[in-house]
Amino acid sequence: MEVNKLKEVKLFLGPQHPGMHGNYSVHMYVDGDIIKKARPMPGMLHRGFEKLMERKLWMSNMAIIPRICVIEPDINEMVYAMGVEALAGVEVPEKATWIRMMILEMARVATHLFALGGIGGPTGLYTSMYWAVAERDLILDLFEKLTGARVYHIFIVPGGVRKDLPEGFKTQLGTYLESLEKKLPEYQELLLKHPIIHTRSKDNILLPAEVVHELGVTGIGMRSATGKAYDLRKVKPYAFYDQVEFEVPTATYSDALTRIHLKFQEIQQSIRILKQIIEKMPDEGPVKAPIGTGNALKLRVPAGMVYTAVESTRGEYGYFIVSNGKEKPYRIAVRGASYPQGLLGIERYLPGHRIDDAPLWMDTMGVCSPEIDR
Amino acid sequence: MKFSKSMLSPVKAWKYLVKEPVTIPKKDIFDQPREAADRYRGFHINHHDQCVGCGSCSEICPTEAITMIPIEGREKALGRTDELPAFDYGRCSFCGLCVDICTSDSLKMTKEYIHISTDVNSMMFLPDELGIHHTYYENGYTRDESSELLNLKAYSMDEIPHEGRNESFMELIKGFSKEMAISEASRCVSCGVCTDTCPAHMHIPEYIQTVYDDDMNKGLSLLYETNPLPNVCGRICTHKCETACVIGNRGEAVSIRWLKRYIVDMADDQAYDKMIVQPLVKPSKQAVAIVGSGPAGLSAAYYLRTMGYEVTVYESRPQAGGVVRYGAPEYRLPDEKVSEDVSVIERTGVKIITNTTVGKDISLEVLHEKFDAVFVATGFWKPKYLDIPNTDHPDVCNSIDFLAQARDYTRKMGPMPEIHEKAIVIGGGDVSFDVARTLVRFQNEKFGKHHVAFIARKDEKNLAASLEEILEAREEGVIYNLNASPVQIDVDAENRICGVTVSKCETLEIEGRLRTISDPEQQCCIEGTQVYFAVGTDPDYDYLLEKLEGQLKIERNKLKIKENGQVEGIEWLFAGGDIVHGPDIISAIADGHEAARGIDAYLMKK
Repeated sequence: MEVNKLKEVKLFLGPQHPGMHGNYSVHMYVDGDIIKKARPMPGMLHRGFEKLMERKLWMSNMAIIPRICVIEPDINEMVYAMGVEALAGVEVPEKATWIRMMILEMARVATHLFALGGIGGPTGLYTSMYWAVAERDLILDLFEKLTGARVYHIFIVPGGVRKDLPEGFKTQLGTYLESLEKKLPEYQELLLKHPIIHTRSKDNILLPAEVVHELGVTGIGMRSATGKAYDLRKVKPYAFYDQVEFEVPTATYSDALTRIHLKFQEIQQSIRILKQIIEKMPDEGPVKAPIGTGNALKLRVPAGMVYTAVESTRGEYGYFIVSNGKEKPYRIAVRGASYPQGLLGIERYLPGHRIDDAPLWMDTMGVCSPEIDR
Repeated sequence: MKFSKSMLSPVKAWKYLVKEPVTIPKKDIFDQPREAADRYRGFHINHHDQCVGCGSCSEICPTEAITMIPIEGREKALGRTDELPAFDYGRCSFCGLCVDICTSDSLKMTKEYIHISTDVNSMMFLPDELGIHHTYYENGYTRDESSELLNLKAYSMDEIPHEGRNESFMELIKGFSKEMAISEASRCVSCGVCTDTCPAHMHIPEYIQTVYDDDMNKGLSLLYETNPLPNVCGRICTHKCETACVIGNRGEAVSIRWLKRYIVDMADDQAYDKMIVQPLVKPSKQAVAIVGSGPAGLSAAYYLRTMGYEVTVYESRPQAGGVVRYGAPEYRLPDEKVSEDVSVIERTGVKIITNTTVGKDISLEVLHEKFDAVFVATGFWKPKYLDIPNTDHPDVCNSIDFLAQARDYTRKMGPMPEIHEKAIVIGGGDVSFDVARTLVRFQNEKFGKHHVAFIARKDEKNLAASLEEILEAREEGVIYNLNASPVQIDVDAENRICGVTVSKCETLEIEGRLRTISDPEQQCCIEGTQVYFAVGTDPDYDYLLEKLEGQLKIERNKLKIKENGQVEGIEWLFAGGDIVHGPDIISAIADGHEAARGIDAYLMKK
């Protein structure tokens, strides 16, 4: 897009801007309040995870990987564990698999809540942010009870999960799900039906199907644009996703509002899955299979390479793990789900929008900066 | 959607004004902080008494937040170091892996999560059992069975079948298969507590790593750095290392001895050839004489030779090896394994002169004149008997002569010792079990049946012998008479032994020491026509005293030496092995190595 040199103003969005999602930055060249050119500036969160993992023991990496996606750390633990288990040929005990699914779905609800709340900032509807963040905190309370930490759970490990459920956890989760379900209509009124949201998001920030295919967008972005129910939980089920009933919401016209709607519907589906998990999970049974022959310091994963992926809130999230049979991984490459839209997408498709729509763009497109930087 | 209705929808939220807020008021955060969950991964506590300082927490720590630091006043002891873990909470990621791998169960996490300071350097802590701020907090995250990061169960060693075992001298222990050895090696946390405990300070974690890496040749060279008798030690070492092993705190210790044996069994011949190193330095003209070719003598010989000295070993018996050649039974330590170790040492250029007794065939004086230094390691070879009637009867035997004859018989160099159908063994240590089990085998061979009665004053729990000996001997049919104190050897009218009279006794702990109290009222006779004593041995210093009477310091049968092995007051004479430290093979090997260094230092100055 042509930029009028005389009128051009360069604006920084991020990395410390409150409207920005994470420590990410976009340099915007604007004409009036229309973005003419956008330059994504990643690197603020680059900690060299992929390289770092090559220098840490297989088990020590457990404490590093959750940080690749801050708000939804569990997917990292899951793909890593799945990869290591595939290489080592370890069968995960049944109960552990259910607990893993439970964690993943709880995290999905929490992340979607966070994203929905995040719409409050750029639209000026702060109530939604307060509500959603408070709601998410209740899930974090549950996580704290289950795993001992609120954000970086480090709970799904190769072989299973670290501990069995604490006493009464299923009941607590069930109670929480009921209270959340009761509140959902209020969110619907507050967010989905609100004229401010409608004005700002309807027919705005479009994501046509061609762009989806061009960039390789997955997740809600793809499903909202193409109408295809491409969800790894359905098309390539991992854990026990083939044993629970749920629907994958889709749409054929992807504007910001559609994507917000889809997020909302996914929360409802996750609640549905969680209820089935509570019902189907066995009470007894081991939660971790032994991995390796000795202790964690000497754990060697058999040589080989594997790609494992799960459906994150932003799309396909995968690890490509290469092992040379030593105590440390030879190479781990991360496929961050928001990489396509968060890097190339911003550069190509953010121009043409208004300045104040940029944060909304980031939110509804599902950009998670640490998984771009890694 | 009607504009007015939707516009007013946020007003509904006002109902929350009268509801309890979900947030915590700021003032309460400090006064009454929210209580964390039961599994909360907060600041650590570490029970210093329990902590062994193995450093596994520091090894697993993903953020390198844990540093092991030596603590003043904390002494190194069996199975523990002088170090404790210090935590840098500026780095800690509160993952709890340290808690899961803690070998001693001392490290836990608490519910404490607040640390406020304006000083950025205040994040380093040495948590003790009261936590980092010395305020009580409930336990948070602790390890359980599923979060365990150690493998506490040892891989069991294959033995030859129980059936028919007591009929042959076939080696009992089969040795690890490759898969088992690698699995067992992967249980080691490489803390090195074992190295501190081993008298020879063998590079234990390092050679276990070579097993894990499947590099036996490197493993063998590591073994030879501190121990030139690895075949022997891989089989009959007293493995103090395994007593110290930190995995043993909560589970079964790593089978260090069997892993060592796996290395020596698996290393190829070229690897052994490499151990026959040419002298590391320019060969020296100086010569050293070594009296006794037991573990201490051979060890000193090997290391002195690698330092470039001319070494001559004098041995009174026909074959080199001392106690490992003439003491340990064949089913524990096959003869060819001793020969392998001895041959490596011989091939380095050590001269071994057998059938030559110093003090009889050649005097110490001559050695002093001919050589620049002399190392004596003549061991404990004088049998002891109990002070009871009839010990001078010809059918009363001692363990030393019997085991030596037995070894000569099993290597087809002598006749079978004279044995009777019913024998009695008096003892309690490992050697007495060697005697009893060898007797069982001989009786089975000669008579087709066995009857060996074993008499010991202590009960099973307090016996000096290792547990495996006690269990295996019972399996092989040795009849136990424990808590029995021998009173006399009974002789019949034709002067034949007919048994041993014992009185019932009890082992009690009095003033911290174990004492045996016997009851003379309760006596019985244990049947047998031959009595074997295995109640300890004494050294024979005659060959030394003949020349050095008055110059030697001997305390409780042991020779006093300086740290470098030099005999106090006689600078050309060095000593080691049993005569210095009492019977123990690995200590003897360590002594030999130490003396080699001492002799080297002495000769360099000369």
